[in-house]
Amino acid sequence: MTSIRQNHGPFGGPALPDFRNLGVWLRVLVGTNALAALVALAANGEWAELPVELALLAASVEPSLIASLLLLHFLQTRLARLPYPAGVALVAAIACASSTGLHVLGISASNPSVFQEGVFRGLLWTILDVAALLCYFHVRARLQSPALTEARLMALTARIRPHFLFNALNAVLSVIRSDPRRAEAALEELSDLFRVLMRENRELVPLSDEIAVARQYLGLERLRLGDRLQVKWEVESCPPDALMPPLMLQPLLENAVYHGIEPSDQAGEIVVGFTRRGEQLLIEITNPFHPEAQPHGGNQMALANIRERLMLFYDLEARLDTELQGKAGSVDCRYRVRIAVPYRPGVTT
Amino acid sequence: MSGTPLRLLIVDDEAPARTRLRDLLADIAVDLPNVVAGEAADGVEALEFLSNEAMPPVDVVLVDIRMPRLDGIGLVQHLAGRKASPAVIFTTAYDQYAVRAFDLNAIDYLLKPVRAPRLLAALNKLRELPRALPNAAALRSLAPEGRAHLHSSERGRILLVPLAQILFLRAELKYVTARTHEREFLIEESLTHLEQEFAERFIRAHRNCLVARDAIVGVERETAADGETHWLVLLRDLAEKLPVSRRQWPQIKALLRQE
Repeated sequence: MTSIRQNHGPFGGPALPDFRNLGVWLRVLVGTNALAALVALAANGEWAELPVELALLAASVEPSLIASLLLLHFLQTRLARLPYPAGVALVAAIACASSTGLHVLGISASNPSVFQEGVFRGLLWTILDVAALLCYFHVRARLQSPALTEARLMALTARIRPHFLFNALNAVLSVIRSDPRRAEAALEELSDLFRVLMRENRELVPLSDEIAVARQYLGLERLRLGDRLQVKWEVESCPPDALMPPLMLQPLLENAVYHGIEPSDQAGEIVVGFTRRGEQLLIEITNPFHPEAQPHGGNQMALANIRERLMLFYDLEARLDTELQGKAGSVDCRYRVRIAVPYRPGVTT
Repeated sequence: MSGTPLRLLIVDDEAPARTRLRDLLADIAVDLPNVVAGEAADGVEALEFLSNEAMPPVDVVLVDIRMPRLDGIGLVQHLAGRKASPAVIFTTAYDQYAVRAFDLNAIDYLLKPVRAPRLLAALNKLRELPRALPNAAALRSLAPEGRAHLHSSERGRILLVPLAQILFLRAELKYVTARTHEREFLIEESLTHLEQEFAERFIRAHRNCLVARDAIVGVERETAADGETHWLVLLRDLAEKLPVSRRQWPQIKALLRQE
């Protein structure tokens, strides 16, 4: 259930934001500090003292805010299983506890107010802040309603180039007489591939599933391109249980075949690599670059599509970049697409 | 043509696609006698095949649009400059831009996977009404940027000469030679035709010579033995100087002034 977590709960009801998400952290930090600044502005008597007051307030707000976020980050898996009201209560409790706790520890002892009153004020303020932020996330989730997000995802879900479909059918037709078994296998692959393409692709899938789809696709391309299409997989350094958005590989490979293999009469190699680097999963695809065959806009469209889907799945935590390796125009010039997504191991329950 | 079987050349970079067309042609041979004269994997191979004068001429070329080296449209652009050329039917899996251009210019095409009745109909139509290659206007709408190469035939091989590398084209007796930095190539096209097709790239310096505008770096005056003076064009990175005829001098002068 690591789908578009931020936007809807398991049963479509309201849900808490995903506190492991960088975007959520940013929003909480900015929101709370903006509130604090407003409070400081409202309480301000002497204009010249405002900067000092702001700094003091920040010093008392920041430690407890970050402590709460860290706690929430580690409790996220548990938090996600709670019903919404219980979740809200837990979040509020954690925020209050860290606010009071840090007060007791004297971290904000620099605050000149009386201790007891300070605690009480801090608690009230914290509860208001939590309420305001959760309201904000709730409204935001409603605006990006699941239906809307899903509709966008469905619309964005990789659409295979018609070019590929008709060429593949043509290739199957051409071997039907000479090699019926091969034609049979190819049609089975094609049907599997389309089953995946047509299902609802809104949940993260294990890497191994993505690789299986990609292999099926490449198998079909090999039927028509023969030895011109060479593929190298570099998967050793990656856990196969890692989760990634569905149908990311296939459109990228289709691009690689269309721009890297088809324009040349020589054999060309596509290299697909996965690496886990700390909390990140890196996916890299490189293909030979042919400058004379680049005027199409299709490539950019596929990339924009994938970027948007990454955004819907991971908010700000995923990245996609492209790069030319080697001198443009030289024989060994290669085009590289790299995607970095947060590493999430698949749940084996 | 009615008695003899139709001779065809199949041009496609995908071997299965060629096999499929071969199968279909065999299927319709009862209704329309035909022979597959050969297969080619791209435009260059097709040009090589069609340039082989030892072979009887091909009547129809079935050509895929998207191919490496020289694509289907490129092949037709090269054929357009020849004296006798076969009829062409394009095949494509999916290419909405090309298909739209074909429809606009009434150019025949087949959508892959090709079906036997459709193939038969297209070939019958050709037989009843032999059709010339798409004209210059149609080719321009198919490929607005024009062709990127000239081709030169050497010992049965076809060499593609990138236009961007050609410094000048000169008519010599039967042929036109194209000069690049490295060497000369023989081109079997007329200078007049080349001048019309590439008016933007080349300027006429002499009755028998077209010079690449961007290769001209200057001019030089020369006095001949009989006392007459004329101008010579100086070229980038090439020692050879080309004479300018009196008639073409104003155009060359105007070009130099622009720069």
